[in-house]
Amino acid sequence: MTAPVLLRDFEDFAANGGGGGPSWLLPLRRAAIDRFAALGFPTPKNEDWHFTSVTPIAEGSFRAVAPARSVRLEAADVEAFTFGRPDWIRLVFVNGRFDAALSSSAPRPQGVTVTDLATAWREQPHLLERHVGKVADFQRTAFTALNTAFMHDGALIQFAPDFQLETPVHLVFVSTPDAAGSASHVRTLIVAGHHAKATVIESYVSLGGAKGYFTNAVTEAVLGDGATLAHVKLQSESERAFHVGTLQAHQGRDSHLVSFSYAAGGELARTNIYTLLGGEGSGATLHGLYLLDGEQHVDQQTRIEHAGPNTFSREVYKGILDGASHGVFNGQVFVRPEAQKTDGKQENNNLLLSARARVDTKPQLEIFADDVKCTHGATVGRLDELALFYMKSRGIGAEQARKLLTYAFAAGVIEAVGVPEVRAELEALTLRRFTGADAGS
Amino acid sequence: MLDIRNLQARVGGGGGADILKGITLSVNAGEVHAVMGPNGSGKSTLAQVLAGKPAYEVTGGTATIDGNDLLAMQPEERAHAGLFMAFQYPVEIPGVSNAYFLRSAYNEIRKTKGLEEVDPLEFLDIMEKNLALVDMDPSMLNRSVNAGFSGGEKKRNEILQMAVLQPRLAILDETDSGLDIDALRIVAEGVNKLRRPDNATIVVTHYQRLLNHIVPDYVHVLSAGRIVKSGGKELALELEEKGYDWLETPAEAVA
Repeated sequence: MTAPVLLRDFEDFAANGGGGGPSWLLPLRRAAIDRFAALGFPTPKNEDWHFTSVTPIAEGSFRAVAPARSVRLEAADVEAFTFGRPDWIRLVFVNGRFDAALSSSAPRPQGVTVTDLATAWREQPHLLERHVGKVADFQRTAFTALNTAFMHDGALIQFAPDFQLETPVHLVFVSTPDAAGSASHVRTLIVAGHHAKATVIESYVSLGGAKGYFTNAVTEAVLGDGATLAHVKLQSESERAFHVGTLQAHQGRDSHLVSFSYAAGGELARTNIYTLLGGEGSGATLHGLYLLDGEQHVDQQTRIEHAGPNTFSREVYKGILDGASHGVFNGQVFVRPEAQKTDGKQENNNLLLSARARVDTKPQLEIFADDVKCTHGATVGRLDELALFYMKSRGIGAEQARKLLTYAFAAGVIEAVGVPEVRAELEALTLRRFTGADAGS
Repeated sequence: MLDIRNLQARVGGGGGADILKGITLSVNAGEVHAVMGPNGSGKSTLAQVLAGKPAYEVTGGTATIDGNDLLAMQPEERAHAGLFMAFQYPVEIPGVSNAYFLRSAYNEIRKTKGLEEVDPLEFLDIMEKNLALVDMDPSMLNRSVNAGFSGGEKKRNEILQMAVLQPRLAILDETDSGLDIDALRIVAEGVNKLRRPDNATIVVTHYQRLLNHIVPDYVHVLSAGRIVKSGGKELALELEEKGYDWLETPAEAVA
């Protein structure tokens, strides 16, 4: 997927109609690919990629086209990933393509639109034009530029003003072994009208030993005044997959973005959670959990831009690293001059289970207002020997004691998740990751 | 039940100072032994060495429980063999609920006895009557182990664990330190109610006052890593009156 190959791929793609869509779309794609050509793949000299080399992606042979062949999946194949209740609105994508048969077709409640992107280009071109490419910044980020150039499928989710959806909308992106060698540039737009309140979950999963593929996902979110959007990203792709996923949000006055990012998959994976606290009194609560093992390299970057007065941010990311894995956390907080009375708190805690595991944690605060309260803290530690002894002295075996303590480290951040089904799923994922056991109580 | 012969131990990691310099002590079923002594005498170390705390290294002697080599066992195996130490400083474990922690321990011990594990509901029944014993609210079950507990709550939690796990040999490591008189009474009553002809208790304490509530059959006084005097419960009163100073000088002679 070297840059020149991608540029040629784009010309082929454009010559074939650029995937269709409204008339403004191809010029947007072209602007994005031009920007990508100028930016190139990021190198460690780029401050945002200091600890992560994307060489395996840049020099991989991923083509920005759908796999030539793709098996049909049955509902039973994806059952394990479609946790939660049957009445949730659910869209399933296989190797980056929308699969209507696996998705819920029940009529949507009044006030909520959930549709695949191809349908949305036809039915909601003006809404898409207003936001797509305006929130996710392709001027600065090469992967977002690439996604914008090639975006082919994904979802449009719109919540009407004052609308409250009690059940989450669940997007499931499944990759199968057929995905090998391909890249999928999925794109999602979430628009929450003023005072709307809803939850969107994105799951990125692999099926049947899928490997050697690249997911480059971008989600744009627009939160109207007073809106609350809970966004959950569950990234449990294969340990032989490549993943870059970006959530970028613009927030209106008094809106609240509540994000949870779980990252346990990928040979090389990067999650970006970016938000612009534009409206006065808006806030972001960002939680994250990364669980790494083997040779994995998993990087999370968050960027919170306090651009309005009285904005707040709360951030807790936890990492558990085993094997020879390498984790990265970079938490950026920018406070613009007009963002007086900003209240920001950031915390990153890491637990190393092996001597070969490594983590780079980099809080990054840039404050240009003078009346603000911003704190950050980062820790890297090992399991507490005294706590292990305490558990063992009560009869709990050494292995079980280690597992319990490891799980407990993660539990604090999992408890912050609002939807009980998601919390249960996270508990199960976490316990399976390190204990091979079922969820305890 | 417990048979300690010439036990010697030091702080591990090489080059640590000897703390236990030859302890010999036998405890039979149904007995309560008090181990007293001034600061630094080794009484807490004795408790922790018996529980298998990795910070210590045994350099000589033997200790058996029901004839089995205690010192060869991992800490969890000692618990399975019926040993329980109430910690002087109970450890906080944020993120693990008391209910889950204690049920895991309970089930582990049951498994080693060939008994079936109990499910969370059955376990709740077991907990309810034991909570009353130490005057604790059931809401503590959902709280993290010892996290944010007051000193008294932590010690009561130790006794609660002891009540649930029903050890054959309980060692209370300075359980009374830092407790006000009400908490002390609750802890002592808990211990007394758990006394049975087939179990035994070692009470390690600096002060005589706990022994007003838990009446020992034997009192041993440690000084500089050795037992310098043993006697009945009246020895504790003598210590209360005279302090430890009168015992320390003849230590070498007694050993």
